[in-house]
Parts: sequence; C-alpha cells; structure tokens
Amino acid sequence: MLQAVGGIIAGMATTLKYLFKKKSTIDYPREPYPHPERFRGVHELRRYDDGMERCIGCELCAVACPANCITVIGAENDPQHPTAPGERYGYRYEIDMLRCIFCGYCEEACPTDAIVLTPRFDIADYTRDRLIFGKDKLLVDDPFTQHLANTESAFKTEPGVAPPPSGGAP
Amino acid sequence: MEMSPHQPFITTKLDEFVRWAQASAIWPMTMGLACCAIEMMSIVSPRYDTSRFGAEVFRSSPRQSDLMIVSGRVARKMLPVLRQLYDQMPDPKWVISMGACASTGGIFDNYAVTPVDTILPVDVYVPGCPPSPDALIYSLMQLRREIEAGGKANVLARNA
Repeated sequence: MLQAVGGIIAGMATTLKYLFKKKSTIDYPREPYPHPERFRGVHELRRYDDGMERCIGCELCAVACPANCITVIGAENDPQHPTAPGERYGYRYEIDMLRCIFCGYCEEACPTDAIVLTPRFDIADYTRDRLIFGKDKLLVDDPFTQHLANTESAFKTEPGVAPPPSGGAP
Repeated sequence: MEMSPHQPFITTKLDEFVRWAQASAIWPMTMGLACCAIEMMSIVSPRYDTSRFGAEVFRSSPRQSDLMIVSGRVARKMLPVLRQLYDQMPDPKWVISMGACASTGGIFDNYAVTPVDTILPVDVYVPGCPPSPDALIYSLMQLRREIEAGGKANVLARNA
C-alpha cells in the first residue's frame, strides 16, 4: 500500500518537474527554428559588391551535382556592358529544387563562390514548375544572412581567387 | 466569420466553416516509405508538435485519414499499393509529396523510382533530401492555405 502511494508520488513529481520546465516546442510560424550555422537550404546566386554577377557560366556546379538538377548555359560577355567579370557569364541558370538533394557540392565546386546555400527552407509549393528556380529567383543583390558571409566558403573569395571585379578580359 | 457587434451571434458561411474545419484537423496516414519518414515522425515530437494545427493524429487506417504524406522514394512495386491506399481514403483528401525522390525521383535516375504525381494528384511538393521537419510543417501551412482558399482536388476546383 505504502509502496503504491510512493510510486504515485514519484510519478507525479516527474510530471510536476516538467510542468515548470521551459517548453521545448518552438512556435514555428510565429517564431523561426534555430538552425545550425552550416544548415544547407535554398541556393542563391551572389553578386560582387559592384553589382557584377559572380557566375561565370563554367558549369562546374552542374558537373559536380549528383542529382543533375543544375542547368547552366554560359554566354560570352558583351565587352561594353559585361554581366560578369571575365569573358563569360551564366546566361541561364536553373536549379530544379525538387531534384536537388542540398548536398552543397555545387557550393564547393564553384570557383567564384557564386552559388551559395542559405539557411532558407520554406519553399514548399503547389506545382513542380514553380519549384524550378531560374536566375530571377536565385540571383540576389544582398546575401540572405550576414553569417553566411563569415563562413569558410566566403573566405575563399579574397582577392587572388576571384577574377578582378572591374570586368574586361583578363 | 463575422462577429456581430450588437447581438451575441457569430455568423459565417457554411462553405467557409467547412473549409476552416477541414484545415484545422488534417489527420495524416501512418505511412512511411523511406528515410523521409524519420523526419515525418519527428513532426509530432514535442519540439515540432503538429498538434498545434490539429494534425498530430497519425491514423493507421486510410479510411480515417485526410492526408497522405508520401515520405520517401516510391518504388515501382509500391505504386499500386499507394494508389489503393489513396483510393481507400475518404474525400476530401490531400497528398503531400515529401522530399526529392517522391517529387521527381531525386538522385535516382532509373526505372524503379517513380515520381508520385504520375499516379496521385499531389497538392504540395516539399523540396529537400530529406526535408527538415520544419520544412514539412511549412508544407502543412501551405496546404492549410490552399484549403482555406478553396482550391482542392475532388471537392472544389484545383488551382493550377
């Protein structure tokens, strides 16, 4: 008898303990989930500070992609109004988000750090067409988060790796 | 839904009320196909907790469920099973295609893995490999938005 009461008290003590603990539920639509710093989400195409596109249309990301979800078509720069420094730029850049497995190999392969994976994840949509992201959705003027600019991959973009930002044939 | 300022009544249209009811209790079916199922299971855990949206009851019978979360790659052998389960679900019913394999085949480029929208009308596609539980909860939000807007296959016209 006494043992049974003791069991109930021990059980209720646990309940009482969790009643006053901080709730582990994160109120998602109102409050963002904390992600690890290197969480790999939706891609973005970066620009240089002077507005030039980083992508040079080399297709190394498309080659590195294990899911073959990246389509890059490069084109020659107009020498008067270059889109990217150097000779070529990414004329067309498409990622099929539904085929992508967010492994980050494209990010690693990119010689100019044009393609970067951001912590964004909320892109679920109603049709497959809308999840093929072209340059209109990928290319951004300012990086998604500042902390991405401080990760290792951005360090590689120090002068010496990236082509001169002012354009023209090297 | 409108609150009347002078009388103790709340007036609403039946259509809106039904949509609100449908969107507030989307019971998924207990069906895990592959690794995405691990992420699907964790949406009912305390950290993610879909009972906040009335979607925590994973029913073991298709006859009691509203939502089929196709969580993982669909093998060719599994296609007829999936179709049968879908047909057994009562209207209105919704399908979330979770992850790269179920949506497009993902990294698999072979005869065996089939995109699920070849046999089922998919409502929301979730990218990711696997999608994190928060991405799945976001897709649930998208589904609720769709239901509340009125676009739904089998019951009302699907919005393209």
